[in-house]
Amino acid sequence: MADPLLDSLLAPGPAPTRAAPAWLDAARRQAREALVREGLPGARNEAWKYTSLRALAQRRYMPGDAQAATRNLERGLADLPGLGDARLVFANGVFRADLSRLPEAAGLVVEPLADALADADGLARASFERRFDDPAQVFARLNTALADDGFVLRVAPGARVAEPVHVVVLGAGAQALAWNLRLVVELGAGSALTLVEHHAGEADDAQLGNVVAEFALGAGARLDLLQLQVAAESATRIRRSAFTLAADAVLNLRTLELGGALARHDLVVGLDGDRARLTSRGVFVVRARQHSDTRLDVRHRARDTACDLVWRGVASGRARGVLHGAITVDPGADGTDASLDTKNLLLSAQAEIDVQPVLEIHADEVKAAHGATVGQLDERALFYLRTRGLPEAEARALLTLAFCRVAVDTLENVALREHVDALLLERLPVHGEPA
Amino acid sequence: MLKIENLHVRVAGKDILKGLSLSVGAGEVHAIMGPNGAGKSTLGNVLAGRDGYEVVDGSVTYDGIDLLALEPEQRAAAGVFLAFQYPVEIPGVNNTYFLRAALNAQRKARGEIELDSIQFLRKVREKLAVLHLKDELLHRAVNEGFSGGEKKRNEIFQMALLEPRLAILDETDSGLDIDALKMVADGVNAMRDPTRAFVVITHYQRLLDYIVPDFVHVLADGRIVQSGDKSLALKLEEEGYAWVAERRVAGAA
Repeated sequence: MADPLLDSLLAPGPAPTRAAPAWLDAARRQAREALVREGLPGARNEAWKYTSLRALAQRRYMPGDAQAATRNLERGLADLPGLGDARLVFANGVFRADLSRLPEAAGLVVEPLADALADADGLARASFERRFDDPAQVFARLNTALADDGFVLRVAPGARVAEPVHVVVLGAGAQALAWNLRLVVELGAGSALTLVEHHAGEADDAQLGNVVAEFALGAGARLDLLQLQVAAESATRIRRSAFTLAADAVLNLRTLELGGALARHDLVVGLDGDRARLTSRGVFVVRARQHSDTRLDVRHRARDTACDLVWRGVASGRARGVLHGAITVDPGADGTDASLDTKNLLLSAQAEIDVQPVLEIHADEVKAAHGATVGQLDERALFYLRTRGLPEAEARALLTLAFCRVAVDTLENVALREHVDALLLERLPVHGEPA
Repeated sequence: MLKIENLHVRVAGKDILKGLSLSVGAGEVHAIMGPNGAGKSTLGNVLAGRDGYEVVDGSVTYDGIDLLALEPEQRAAAGVFLAFQYPVEIPGVNNTYFLRAALNAQRKARGEIELDSIQFLRKVREKLAVLHLKDELLHRAVNEGFSGGEKKRNEIFQMALLEPRLAILDETDSGLDIDALKMVADGVNAMRDPTRAFVVITHYQRLLDYIVPDFVHVLADGRIVQSGDKSLALKLEEEGYAWVAERRVAGAA
């Protein structure tokens, strides 16, 4: 059955600048056929239960942005305090060399996706030939079918890159465009990298941005990743962040989902090697009619692996926040230590938060814990602060900020931490937003 | 300074205070003693402005104004302080940040100049020394991970810093060992002053060995059944609260 939304998403975009190799054509065709065959997931698909694509179904997107490479952008969109001026900027899915400065560090190589795709046995090929067999992974399929920009970033074994790499993914323009971007990152054994993945856009951004980011951490590698999503409240962002960790690799992840009319983020982490370790600190803050759906999918596939997930959510106005936190411990992943802690604040009667912790354990000697709560601000704490003289609005702001700071309070970059605090504070509905 | 007249308070549909009257003048220390369930903590909470405490009858005036009409933060700015029986842990809110925000909010409400961080820290160091509190507590979240004694000393430290004119101490002595009790008492005594008044709510006489009150009142079944000087506290210590029950029956007859 024809689906006008899907048809508009699959329509051919601006012609690629060079002919695609046969393997890529085959991979794209395969993804496209799967999409056409199975269509967009409906409400009965468990992974899309809380996020209806019906809201998007009224829209028809233009494929790609022919002006993306030259479009004038509001100034300052890509700026973040505390970071150097080395940055990789993408606007509407297209690399902007004019706004970027490639980071220079020993052992760090960044290659445009188009170049990487010409390489018959590189990382890009592996990324595009990955099959997404689950019909729920509709946007990953779409990305494989269409993404022709992005990068492959590699850190050589043993290289420790001191300067954070700042990747900026911008949406621009009120015209409804759909664009795709593919980012592939590989950390060699024993290497270390700090990356800031920054999703932003112009105030009237109405784009559907579909970003697939894949990270492979070699043995003993360490990745510190801050994901800051502050897209405009008219934007749609669909992201898949997938990580594989070899033995002794460490992923330290901080994720803030603050923007977008509709933001969907699948965070998929495979702890594939013994003693691989994931720390995830995250927060979503939604207000007005924002909708944010984050799905954590952590798989323990090896012995003595650990994950520690702490997430906070705040919803006000008529907003809806969803957090699905799944931890699966595969047979043989003995000695796993897994914990998920999620607490959520509902600040208005019309807001909604749905939390689903899912623990599946198929191994022995596993330590696993999860806790999930949805509630209001602690009235006792509020009263306590007020008896010391803080006006009610200020006391509420302080408590709400404290609640979400779990995602940032261990950030060592002070300027960045203060900036993120300010971003959180300005999104908290303490100054008279109707309940 | 504080005048409570015929105060009737209902909590969750239950009458707790049933005609309490009390008058506290500047420079005075009043001890309120009584058995569990007499309404001692209700008195503290109602004076500080907690929600859920319904004033059915009576009045409370503070410096001639209707205290009950003020929001909790307005009471604080007017100089009323409640040291909590159970101080609340507030993860994520830094103690120093909170204290400075509180002090400056009060100063702002009173039309005074706000303190910068250097002036504030100077004041903090001064007060910390009196209570033998470790600097490290300042960098932690409010009351988070504090021991019982540290929480109570932190209450008194906040009082010292905020310099209220009327301080209500709600069972600040409960759960304290003798050293902590002395520190709390030192903190209070250092602040005794002809312009400042204290209402010390306690179950035991012990604290009053160190904070010597000018007046002692016995609160039972929602009203003050007897008042006297500090010797009344000693009598209570010797005879317990059993005789209070008799008095109550006699009063009702």
